[in-house]
This record gives sequence, C-alpha cells and structure tokens, in this order.
Amino acid sequence: MPRARMRQAIVAAMHDEMQADPNVVLFGEDVAVAEGPFKTSEGLLAEFGPLRVRDTSISEMGFMGIAVGAAATGLRPVAEIMFIEFLGVALDQLTTEAAYFHYLSGGKVTVPLTMRASVGAGQGFGLQHSRTLENWLIGTSGLKVVSPSDPQTAYGLLRSAIQDDNPVAVLEPRALYGERGEFVTGDEGIVPLGVARLVAYGDDVTIVTLGQTTSIALAAANEANWTADVVDLCTLVPWDRTSVLESVSRTKRLVVVEQSPWSGGWGSEISAAVTAELFGELVAPPIRITCPDVPVPFNPVLEARYLPNPAEIILQIDALIDTGRRPKPWWERTLA
Amino acid sequence: MSVTSISRRTALASRVERLERMIEVRSFEDRTKQLFAAGIVHGTTHTAQGQEAVEVGLAASIRPTDIVTCTYRGHGIALGLGMLPEAVLGEIVGRVIGSIGGVGGSMHLSDMDVGLLPTFAIVGAGIPVAAGAALTAQVRGTDDIAVAVFGDGATNIGAFHEALNLASIWDLPVMFVCENNVYGEYSRYNLTTKVEDLATRADSYGMRSRIVDGQDIDVTVAAFTEEAARVRSGEGPVLIEAKTYRYAGHSRADTAPYRPDGEFESWLERDPIDTFSSRLIADGELDEAGLTQMREHVTARIERAVETVFASPEPDETSMFRHVWADG
Repeated sequence: MPRARMRQAIVAAMHDEMQADPNVVLFGEDVAVAEGPFKTSEGLLAEFGPLRVRDTSISEMGFMGIAVGAAATGLRPVAEIMFIEFLGVALDQLTTEAAYFHYLSGGKVTVPLTMRASVGAGQGFGLQHSRTLENWLIGTSGLKVVSPSDPQTAYGLLRSAIQDDNPVAVLEPRALYGERGEFVTGDEGIVPLGVARLVAYGDDVTIVTLGQTTSIALAAANEANWTADVVDLCTLVPWDRTSVLESVSRTKRLVVVEQSPWSGGWGSEISAAVTAELFGELVAPPIRITCPDVPVPFNPVLEARYLPNPAEIILQIDALIDTGRRPKPWWERTLA
Repeated sequence: MSVTSISRRTALASRVERLERMIEVRSFEDRTKQLFAAGIVHGTTHTAQGQEAVEVGLAASIRPTDIVTCTYRGHGIALGLGMLPEAVLGEIVGRVIGSIGGVGGSMHLSDMDVGLLPTFAIVGAGIPVAAGAALTAQVRGTDDIAVAVFGDGATNIGAFHEALNLASIWDLPVMFVCENNVYGEYSRYNLTTKVEDLATRADSYGMRSRIVDGQDIDVTVAAFTEEAARVRSGEGPVLIEAKTYRYAGHSRADTAPYRPDGEFESWLERDPIDTFSSRLIADGELDEAGLTQMREHVTARIERAVETVFASPEPDETSMFRHVWADG
C-alpha cells in the first residue's frame, strides 16, 4: 500500500479519473504549468495536455461559470479555487446556477462539476485565507459537500465527487496537504459519498468530526480516560444520519468538533437532528467544540489557541461526562 | 406530423416563416403582459417586444446543437429557438404543461432539443456558462459553438468581463450577443456606462466585435450567420452588439416613465415586423392577404395556447421534490 502525502493522493485521484474518462478536465489558477500552488496537480499537464489542464486568469466568477457550462454540456470539470474565500465572488455559479440546473431543466441537464478548494487555518495565512466556510454551502439543495481528513479520503472522496452527477464541493484542509498516510488506489480506494467512517470505537461518547478535526479528535480520544466513537463524516451534505444515530444511541453522548466559529456552524445541524431523534435517551446535552466567534487571528500563538486542540477536547468531554452539563469553552473560562 | 421545437426551428430557413415567428413573439409578449396586468398570473415577467429581429434572426442563423444561454427576458429567444407557445406560457403561468411543469416560471425556460440551457435570473450569469459550453465543443473537437445572449446592463457585471477574458485567452468558440435595448432595468445605459458602443468593450480582451442593426432581420441573419461561421472555423470568440429597443417596461410593473419624449415613437418607425413584412411584399414573397392570414393564424395559435395553458392543472406538491438531485 503506498504511503504518501495527502496532496499526492489528490494527484493520484485526478490522474486516475482523467485517465478513465476523457471528459474530466481541470482548470484553476496555476494548476497547469506550475502544477498547483499546493502541488495538487503535479504531472497532469504533461500527461493530459493543455486542452484538458488549463491555467485560468484570476477570474473565479468566470471560470466557475465555465465549469457550469462545460458540465451542463457533457464534460466533468474540476475547478480549483485556491482558497475557499475566493469562492465569494463566484458563489452565484455554484449555489444559484450549478445546484439548480437539473431542477430547472426538468431533469434533462446534469451538472457533474467538482469544485476543489483549500480550506482551514493553522498556517498563518491570516483571516482572509483561513476559513473553512462549509456554512456557505449547506442548505442549497442540489449541491453536495465533502471534506477529506487524510490521504485515503482525499483520494477516495475526490474520485466519487468527480463521478457523481451532481455538483460537489470538495473542501481540502490545507494544513493536511503535507500529511503522510497510507492509501489504496483503484476502485477499492474509492470512498462513497454520504457514508461516514468510524475511525475509533468507544463507549462513553460519540465525537463527530469533519476534515481537519478528525485527527484532533483521534488524538484526544487516544489520550483520554474515556473511550469514544470518532465518526468522521467525510460527507457533510448529505451527512450520514444512520451512522451518527447508531453511534449516539449506544454512547448516549454527542460531541461535534468543528473548525468554524461557535455561531451558526454545521454542528448545530447535527446536534438538532440527533436531539430530535434521541432526546430521552441522551445522558448529556449535545455539545459542539468550535472556534470562538472572532476572525482567525494571525499571530501563531493566538491562531493555535483559536483552533480546537486535543487538550481542549479532553477538558470539555471530561467535564461533560462528570457533570452532564454543557462545559464552558475556553474563551468563557478565561475571559469571563 | 406533429409540431415540435425542432420542426419549428427548421422552419426558420424560410424568410416568410421568420416573419411569422416574429409576429408570434410580438403577440405572445403582448398577451403575456395583458395576463399579468389583469392580475391573472403570479410573480413577475420581462417581455421583449421590439427585439424580435435579433432573437428570431439569431435562431435562424445557428444550429440546434449550438448551445444558447439567455437572461430572464427570454420568451422571444425561447419561441425563436423553437419552443412551443404552450410550453413557454405554461411555465410562465406555472402549470403542468409548462416546460418544467411550472416549478421555474417566466425566468427559467429551457429546451435542450434546441440548445437552450435554463435561462438565468441573475444578470450576467449565463455569459461564462456559454463560454463553458464552448469549452466542451473545443475539448471534444466538434464545430458546434455556444452563444450567450444578454443585455446592455450585463456588460457592466464582473461575469461579463471575466468570461470575455477567458474566452479570448482560450480562443473559445463562443458568440457573445449583446442586445442593447437602451435600458438596463430602469436606467438608460449611458447613465451606467461611459461607453457609447458596447461592442468596443471587446477591445479590452483582444477580441473581435461587430455592431449590428437589430431591427432588420435580414441584417441580423446575415451578421449572425457570418460570425457563427468564423467562430466555428476557429477564429475565436466575437462580441456582437445588436442595437435594438425594448417597447415594454423592464418588468410587468414598469410603465417606463423614464423614457424621453419621442424616443419610443422614433423606434416604432423602424418596427422590425412592419418593415420586414413590407419588404417581403415588395420582394413578392408575400401579399397583403397572406400577411393578414398570417396574423390571424398567429392570433389563433396564441389563443389556443392560452386556453390550453389555463386548462392545464396546477402541479401537485410532490413535483417540488422532483429533479432536485441527479441520480448517479
């Protein structure tokens, strides 16, 4: 089994899909000649040529729209958005056009486009280059959202996203591009959309994670006195209700770890759904461990504090198990 | 033989048919406006009376396999490309017989049999989408082209500029057709642009451009046909500005009080339907009796469409759940 960095797993997925299907094309800023600002398209221009691998101008609105038109007419474009914040200027094409063409054509047109974007904090890129912004993408019917957490999911989810006939947003945690891991390629390496992975087993609590928070939660679970199911959603839209409910019905405690602000996060959606189903069976309120409601700070000490970390997860879950009440997040403890 | 959107499209090979189609668009738009004004139809609509020679002319000049995108003032393009009046009106009214069963409305018409992607409520959004359809043709090596149809107002939005830039650097086989109907919503275009001839915007992108008299269908057909051939042969994209005029207000509530006195009248003197019908009669392709009969046929067709649409049921509530996701 090859062991490589997550960015190499992404290259492998792109290569395998482009080789299998001549309709798959890739475009974005610096993806062709420079092989990707994060090296996620190494070798692709050389192998597949300039018709299929293209550098765009700095024109997200333009090239996301091109992705929509290409997908609606038979190609399977992969459009790379360098930092997820850049999607802001192009949000219309993804959430108001791509997501709706199938519905607006009475089912005649599909838009099998894949948007790949780097997301997340931890590398000092500052507040305009550090968000995850899943929350911009939830709640648009017709649009799927996934986020890998390691090389295997990076390979397997991207292949599924490209093969899916719906528009899919793939949010790649930038801090993990260099992380090594084993992964299987080929059909066995494909990770289906809509299915969560149980990456740790335990009895005391279910920790639901996505992308960058998966390894943080695993580290916490490994060190803690309690044991946890760690459920890596992999797909946020549509998320795997069955797996999450099955786990929480055993552990009776739900914790969601999000790399996004306290307010308005996707973890609220998970919490609401689980509470509505399992209310009388829970032994503690569902809680979310998140970042505070502030922009991502630049200073590295501040940025590290800003992000959920294993020590904070252990502290909060210890308190949750001990007291059965919502624990205070660090900013309520230190700034009160 | 039953009438389909393809058969209606093929019929445009004849100049007489083009006249009839323009009359159909005019009558359809007038009738639609009446229905809204009478409070019979829900929501809003945007009609294109006065722009028929651009829209029917374009349809007569390109293939059904060429992809077209168009913004929300799309009934004329839809009918021109071949969509049946019942399908278009049905969608405007929101009934099952509408092109997508009433879940989209006036701004979202489509018929992929004749190349029309769902029309856009967002100004400018269709411009890069057409470039994308052109990219598909380029990657696959076909000689189909794509056409983006949009108004003068759309030439100010970011998506226009980005799409033209990308189309030009990649030599995409796309025709950008700007219907300059003088008004972007309620604003005369010289208030929102310092540029008199919008075609010159192509210069910024190193792209060819052309200005066309949009009120003469022989002129528009000649221009669109010639430019489509050039785009098809790999000469790269083109921006065509068709000078035309919007007779109605922006949308159904707008009576256009912002028009200067005399402007409407001066455009009416060059009405595309009146001038073309006179020319066909002078050319001997039509006579007065034929013209009268043509108008009667069109009126009857529109009235039949109205009856058919109002006899068509409202969609049931399960229909809002269909086609939300593509399977597979």
